[in-house]
Amino acid sequence: MKTYLEPEFIVERNDDRCIRCKVCVNQCTYETHYYDEEDDQVLSRDENCVNCHRCVVFCPTHAITIKPNPTRYTENWNWSDEAIFTLKKQAESGAIVITGMGCDKPYLTYWDRILIDASQVTNPSIDPLREPMEIQTFLGAKPDRLEMEYNNGDIVLQTELAPQLTCETPIMFTALSYGAISFNVHTALARAATEFGTYMNTGEGGLDEQLYKYGDHIIVQVASGRFGVHAKYLDAGAAVEIKIGQGAKPGIGGHLPGEKVTEDISRTRMIPVGTDALSPAPQHDIYSIEDLRQLIYALKEATDYTKPVSVKIAAVHNSAAIASGMVRAGADIIALDGVRGATGAAPKVIRDNVGIPIELALASVDKRLRDEGIRNHASVVAAGGIKSSADVVKAIALGADAVYIGTAALVALGCTVCQGCHTGKCPWGIATTDPWISRRVNPDIATQRLVNLLRGWSLEIKEMMGGMGINAIESLRGNRDRLRGVGLTDTELRILGIKMAGD
Amino acid sequence: MIPAHLMGAVEIRGNAAYIDASNLYYKDLNKILRSLGNPEKTIHIRNVYGQRYIGTDLDQEMEIHIHGTPGNDLAAFMDGPAIYVHGNAQDGVGNTMNGGKVIVHGRAGDIVGHSMRGGEVYIRDDVGYRCGIHMKEYKEKRPTLVVGGTAQDYLGEYMAGGVLAVLGLTLGEDLVHKARFIGTGMHGGIVYLRGKARSLGKEVDAVPMKEDDHERVQSIIDSYRKHFGVEKELPTSSFTKLVPVSKRPYGRLYVH
Repeated sequence: MKTYLEPEFIVERNDDRCIRCKVCVNQCTYETHYYDEEDDQVLSRDENCVNCHRCVVFCPTHAITIKPNPTRYTENWNWSDEAIFTLKKQAESGAIVITGMGCDKPYLTYWDRILIDASQVTNPSIDPLREPMEIQTFLGAKPDRLEMEYNNGDIVLQTELAPQLTCETPIMFTALSYGAISFNVHTALARAATEFGTYMNTGEGGLDEQLYKYGDHIIVQVASGRFGVHAKYLDAGAAVEIKIGQGAKPGIGGHLPGEKVTEDISRTRMIPVGTDALSPAPQHDIYSIEDLRQLIYALKEATDYTKPVSVKIAAVHNSAAIASGMVRAGADIIALDGVRGATGAAPKVIRDNVGIPIELALASVDKRLRDEGIRNHASVVAAGGIKSSADVVKAIALGADAVYIGTAALVALGCTVCQGCHTGKCPWGIATTDPWISRRVNPDIATQRLVNLLRGWSLEIKEMMGGMGINAIESLRGNRDRLRGVGLTDTELRILGIKMAGD
Repeated sequence: MIPAHLMGAVEIRGNAAYIDASNLYYKDLNKILRSLGNPEKTIHIRNVYGQRYIGTDLDQEMEIHIHGTPGNDLAAFMDGPAIYVHGNAQDGVGNTMNGGKVIVHGRAGDIVGHSMRGGEVYIRDDVGYRCGIHMKEYKEKRPTLVVGGTAQDYLGEYMAGGVLAVLGLTLGEDLVHKARFIGTGMHGGIVYLRGKARSLGKEVDAVPMKEDDHERVQSIIDSYRKHFGVEKELPTSSFTKLVPVSKRPYGRLYVH
């Protein structure tokens, strides 16, 4: 069938600059560039280009420019180019259109409508360069009250505390499964988390035994497919996370195609090479809050009550009620993943239309748990669309204990958010299991880039806190009075629990 | 070490331990089990009244006899022990089990063998819904789930590996299993049914038994007889073999 799809991008090559070094030819995993020996020219197949910028960055003479195809369909607000493009693709395949990364639709990003307060004259600001600034964060259930005894002037804690995760910064690396991302990226995330004193989440594809040594800084995930889940794996992590849902694809399962199940992936997922790894939509032992409690306690039994158990859900309409049930079911940590949360592969129609923004979910969950007097029984981690340290500060002021970052961490490693993760050909060596492409990520350099990101954001968080006259992140948590909204309706302000700027 | 306040519930005689579970919370019962195993290789638990998670995460070679009715998630994540239940079991027997044995002298509830990756589970009588769901295999790990009676709907759903055999001993003369949607989403492993299925998932197909299938079924029947002592003749020719139509049931579902 002749395709009616036109190239989305046009590759322009400045021939005066091109030195025929063929770096672009070698770097492009989509075979966009090729060298024509007869004419001694490098040429491009525009239809293959995904606009990942790999060739642009690596071209030594800056000869390449990628442009959106200037040929547009007749302007029409209803029938956008994207709508026509997607529809044609389906007419040619009869299949579900798959994409990668998070929702790219212009639903309001509430972070960008929220402003942070600062001290002026009264309640003076603090200079974090000279004064201590505490951003260490503990994740896990906190007791209702503490009982202490005095013993010869020493205070001895009598209350037995629930197991906690200790984060040196309130930022963790979200669930990115080995299989969706390469081994080198998994390694770099584990090493960076260890070096900085925070956590990485394995995602649902298991954990390679070589990375068990970083286990004190790893959250091991248990999802509906139970891939790679066994006693040693559960013991290897610092916490266990039950994955119920994911922001990019609430309510549906996952599917790692057989082509990506290589020898190494097969070993950690514990399935034969080349078979599809199907994660069913629900966990089939969880059809109710009572069933969730059963799995939470099965995992607590399996880890002898030494590790916090997290439960991750996609942010949906009734998240607040579900979160209340999750806390009552015994979850020590609740992870909420908003509509902009990313994925290695999801149906585009789901990614772009299902779920709710994390800001609204977070605010309503935090309020519900406080209203019910159970907020201390679990920590809340916000995920899905955190792209700067300001977003972290706003999330914490809205009630989060910490945040998960995924896309932001991958961007630090070179990702340009081209949304081609599902192809397995990531030219940056990130979202691929191809051993040849994976080598493009050097674990040492990648670790350094991730640590730099955490350091930069942590310094910025301290600056913002100092500006507010706050010297401990505990004083920022749920402190919505230090936030103001701009351009929001009364209903939005009410749900976010913040005032309008100027009020 | 058994915690001091639980010592009263345990009696140790040589290599055997006897636990009275009548007043034990599951947490305490499991705490005791985790502290046994050396040298207590045989453990008898009496008066079991629905305690959950018995045997969870245990990884030593030992024999546990349960007298009574164990609760949900018996032998979850287990990797080694052999558990004999002298009574019925509830839901989730062998959930995500990695190795070992569970032999139930009675019936069991739903999702028996959920995501089981290794070891053997034998249920003497009937089981509930979604049994054998997402069983998988990996290299030398190949789980076996044997049901003496029959099962409810969605038997072997999403099955990705291993062997699931249903002997139909509680069925009538017609030998028709009433479960609907057997093997829905199945993409690996084998199901052997003695008799016929009323309703198959669209991802499975009944294929003729080959020589090695007859041998495998015979050895399953032999083990079943050994455990439960059934007299009835069970010719392997009365079995139907079900396999997935494709290893990639959802291959044509997506476009990039």
